[in-house]
Amino acid sequence: MKSIKEIEEIRIKKRKELDLRVNVNLSTKEKHILVCQGTGCTSSKSPEIIEEFKRIIKEKNVDNVRVIKTGCFGLCAKGPIVIIRPEDTFYAMITKEDCLEIIEKHILNGELVERLLCKDVDGTLVKKLDELNFYKKQKRIALKNCGVINPEDIDEYIAFDGYKALEKVLMEMTPEEVIEEITKSGLRGRGGAGFPTGKKWFLTRNVEADQKYVVCNADEGDPGAFMDRSILEGDPHSVIEAMIIAGYSIGATKGYIYVRAEYPIAVHRFDVAIKQAREYNLLGKNIFGTDFSFDIEIRLGAGAFVCGEETALLESIEGRRGQPRVKPPYPANSGLWGKPTLINNVETFANITRIILNGAEWYSKIGTETSKGTKVFALGGNVINTGLVEVPMGTTLREIVYDIGGGIPNNRDFKAAQTGGPSGGCIPKEHLDTPIDYESLKEIGSMMGSGGLIVMDDSKCMVNLAKFYLEFTVDESCGKCTPCRIGTKRMLEILEKICNGEGSLEDLRKLEELTITIPKTAICGLGQTAPNPVISTLKYFRDEYLEHIKYKKCRTGECKALAKIQIDPEKCRGCGICKKNCPVNAISGEVKMPHHIDEDICIKCGTCISKCPFKAIG
Amino acid sequence: MCECIENKIKSDMKEILGKYQNSKDNLIQILNEVQEKFGYIPLIAQKEISQYLNISLAEIYGVITFYSRFTLEPKGEYTISVCLGTACFVKGSEKLLDRLKERLKIEPGKTTSDGKYSLDTTRCIGACGIAPVFTVNGEVYGKATVKKLDEVLDNLEKN
Repeated sequence: MKSIKEIEEIRIKKRKELDLRVNVNLSTKEKHILVCQGTGCTSSKSPEIIEEFKRIIKEKNVDNVRVIKTGCFGLCAKGPIVIIRPEDTFYAMITKEDCLEIIEKHILNGELVERLLCKDVDGTLVKKLDELNFYKKQKRIALKNCGVINPEDIDEYIAFDGYKALEKVLMEMTPEEVIEEITKSGLRGRGGAGFPTGKKWFLTRNVEADQKYVVCNADEGDPGAFMDRSILEGDPHSVIEAMIIAGYSIGATKGYIYVRAEYPIAVHRFDVAIKQAREYNLLGKNIFGTDFSFDIEIRLGAGAFVCGEETALLESIEGRRGQPRVKPPYPANSGLWGKPTLINNVETFANITRIILNGAEWYSKIGTETSKGTKVFALGGNVINTGLVEVPMGTTLREIVYDIGGGIPNNRDFKAAQTGGPSGGCIPKEHLDTPIDYESLKEIGSMMGSGGLIVMDDSKCMVNLAKFYLEFTVDESCGKCTPCRIGTKRMLEILEKICNGEGSLEDLRKLEELTITIPKTAICGLGQTAPNPVISTLKYFRDEYLEHIKYKKCRTGECKALAKIQIDPEKCRGCGICKKNCPVNAISGEVKMPHHIDEDICIKCGTCISKCPFKAIG
Repeated sequence: MCECIENKIKSDMKEILGKYQNSKDNLIQILNEVQEKFGYIPLIAQKEISQYLNISLAEIYGVITFYSRFTLEPKGEYTISVCLGTACFVKGSEKLLDRLKERLKIEPGKTTSDGKYSLDTTRCIGACGIAPVFTVNGEVYGKATVKKLDEVLDNLEKN
């Protein structure tokens, strides 16, 4: 158990030790080697790098150097990443074999290891982290500590103003004042829908009950999104601290975090963080000696996308099949075990402590009129700098894809970007300059979503993409309501027909009808938004649908069934059966000589394939 | 199933259940642990849970089949899982899956007859920055290519 004074002492002492992490101009003998242990770098064997550094340091008896594991630096494409502070040197794609050279040359002799430096997209050699274009337009609020502190050491979190917001809230603010501050900041839910966070807290506070709950939604199901995962892995205490503040504000003493079991590192680090917070009595009874008590339990998901929907998540915490409840009543009135429950997403929570410490006014100056603050995106797909980026709301898609992301690899062209995952839509080239905020994205038929941002180049077929998302939704539909269970299945069947070259204009009409009826009738967000990928691809890439239907052609060749039909000259005996049966006379050739199909005439009906006695056509 | 295996599962279950209070909301936590321990959820384990939490077997079956992480059949020695999340899909993870289907001669969700390999697909493990990825018994292989996959499989073959 630690008092406020003791926490403050830890803060001052530890901060001195860690100053070189943030203050790049510091002249000190000491050096910190930061090694990323986020998901991307861990799977590229970064734990081995830490071990190797430690082994060499011990063997060579090197003084004044520490090896620290941190959360995600963001630039996953260049992983494993090693950063040396205070000089801020950025080494990319490091292997175990490079460690000795870094220690001998950089740490002991003060020389840069040039061959391991990162090259920017334009080919320039980057010496320091903030010289990278990738970081220039970013603003880190939710990710402030990611890549700076060791997530498994509570003292490091405390050193960077950790648990100071909690102290301020418990000592100086009433619950109403906290809610007022959050409301004024303009923070909106980062899970995707963008509901004003302050309002949600206010509504939950105003319900009378003997027990209330705070739930953190860390069931990041959008395939292609890993923001929440990175926050939990890089800065778990920021979420814990915010959950305690939320508990104080709404009058709850118990919190749950619902995390996907697919994220073992995040679960482990959060668990460690909870235990450390309990040791310091930052969780538990009478926090900071006040009469406020709060504790948090972890609940694991088990692989169901629908559990990211808040009421399905509650069902799952209660130990049942994760099927959404009919709303209203909303969780603010009747949530976990029928009690008022506040549910916020990980990234939303990660903003709370910064708002309390820096003030609502500071926060509301960042972003646009209706969307305040920053948003973290998981940038993936056909873009050079894949990774995690945090930008002020209002940044354009072009800035994210080209300035931060470095553009499209392999000299290909940008075709579209998908935000909001299976619930969102695609954004085509003509809207690259749209500012990213809740309203603007909605206007052009996409949505903010939780932060997955997948870039696609011109080799991607948009009909096939829509089919991919529908396959996902059909797989993940919980089966409770008919529009989703049967409707999405029918949509998928039509898309499969179109991709196989068997679609008709009548199918397209039916598909469009379903995109109207399903959103109006499904009971939860999953079903209501399931047609979005189809709606938006139809809106911007209708000509591709029509090509598939009318000309049986897929311009990208991704739809295999529409690939060219050819005659194998080795197998063809020149019997002429195909030529006789072809309905459009696309086949030519002399008897007993290999025949040939004229692609421009061929309608890919498949008759020749089935008629050929020598299986020479395919 | 022979009696000795049955007894082993029962004693393991006793240990697992001992960690939890007999409240119904612990069902998914317990199932997660059982899945981890045995690689699937044996019928005997379901019966033990049913008794302990006072939940019908039918309800437990309902929960198991709802969540994709739970399986009713044992997995192979190596579970190879291909991520079909959007980032991996865009970077061509379907090719990895096709190659696995070709080499292992099984469909996703199945186990080879010698019990060595299980093939799975997964929806995003959050390693999108290094897509496409596949995992072997949980170990992640990033920026994967068919060639890299072949190397990994060749190595497993040697074991």
